[in-house]
Amino acid sequence: MAEEGVKLFGTWASPFSRRIEVALKLKGVEYEYIEENLTNKSPALLNYNPVHKQIPVLVHNGKPVAESFVIMEYIDETWKHNPILPADPYERAMARFWAKYIDEKFWPAAKKVLVTKGEEQKGVIDEIQQQMKNLEGELKEKKFFGGESFGFLDIAANIIIWLVVAQEALGMEILNEEKLPILHGWLQRLLNDAVFKECVPPKERHLDFFKVKFGSSIASK
Amino acid sequence: MASGSVANQEGKVMLLGFWCSPFVKRVEWALKFKGVEYDYVEEDLTNKSTLLLTSNPIHKKVPVLIHNGNPIVESLVIIEYIDETWKQNPILPQDPYERAMARFWANFIEQKVTEPARDALLSQGEQQEKKVKEIKEAMEVVEGEAKAKLNDKTIFFGGENGVGYVDIVLGWTCNWMETVEEVGGFKVLDPESQPQFHKWMANFREVPFIKPTLGPKEKLVEYFRMVRQACLGLVANK
Repeated sequence: MAEEGVKLFGTWASPFSRRIEVALKLKGVEYEYIEENLTNKSPALLNYNPVHKQIPVLVHNGKPVAESFVIMEYIDETWKHNPILPADPYERAMARFWAKYIDEKFWPAAKKVLVTKGEEQKGVIDEIQQQMKNLEGELKEKKFFGGESFGFLDIAANIIIWLVVAQEALGMEILNEEKLPILHGWLQRLLNDAVFKECVPPKERHLDFFKVKFGSSIASK
Repeated sequence: MASGSVANQEGKVMLLGFWCSPFVKRVEWALKFKGVEYDYVEEDLTNKSTLLLTSNPIHKKVPVLIHNGNPIVESLVIIEYIDETWKQNPILPQDPYERAMARFWANFIEQKVTEPARDALLSQGEQQEKKVKEIKEAMEVVEGEAKAKLNDKTIFFGGENGVGYVDIVLGWTCNWMETVEEVGGFKVLDPESQPQFHKWMANFREVPFIKPTLGPKEKLVEYFRMVRQACLGLVANK
């Protein structure tokens, strides 16, 4: 007999895992959440994602789906109310393009900024700020990337929240109102959204996470 | 002709490409599969056109699909756009779970086969060895999938619909992988340990709209040899 219902394997501090929580909550889908310990992965996780052995994994009626954007599209196509992707194919292509940009360009740079120092770090910060300016070009005067309400690209851009917490924890200055006013405004709106704000790591615990993991590798300016 | 391939300005489809790019080729396969008429513009990548630079300011790369004056970039994004805009001959499956599986495997191919292959082409020594190992491991997984999904009746990953998304994304291996092996000086293809994958390649090469697009290997080898030498030369001169 196939398992019924929805399960999400994730970790509290993973932006990829939190993306799925946003999507499920937006759709009002009930799910069982399983917190994984990535240093001791459960047999269930290894069984459901044998190729990558990573979170997040969504299991729906016993069938696993892995990779955050693949899961988000699956959720959008399975539960059709409160759409995450826009209806128009060109708008969808734009959302997918920028989401890929975030994972392929922004995410590696954001990780790199935490482990570099001095001139090299400054170079990475410049790179990230340019990437965020590019994102501002896509946002323009809209309330969210998705328009009046947040959508696929807003959820994908959740990594920016992680960067903002990291910069506070480690005393860096990357995203601020002066340098990136459009993105800054977007961020405030996102963090005030009733659904979205439930799906970010608790602030104090998240600050501690960055301090403990990366604190010693950041040189003072 | 299939509906949607109109000749007037409004429906105009243009593809900015480069003759030996497997990413461009994928997009052409998707367009041909759907019977969509398009204008092809060959770019000189050493002297990129204003149209290319304004259509893809972020990456400045081909392929770029321009439809109704709107540019779409990144081959996988373009293919999904094509599938959603022209509904005949679906490329992705209909069922959401099957679609998720197709997307998952497309991503796997890109991250574990395509990108390391490009890296292996442009590197040498230990760095290249590392990439070759990655590709070989990935090919084991691909062979496993081929064994699980394909048989005498189902010869493509698209299943009963014939060629599908995964076939189109993996298709570059049919022509370019041997080129990359020859130019890079390594081997990842092995008919003995990859029998199902080799069967799939043989079948893919024979697909009527694919076959004429698989250009002469000698030209590809010549071009990629030049690219490799230029790249390694840059590294050596640093």
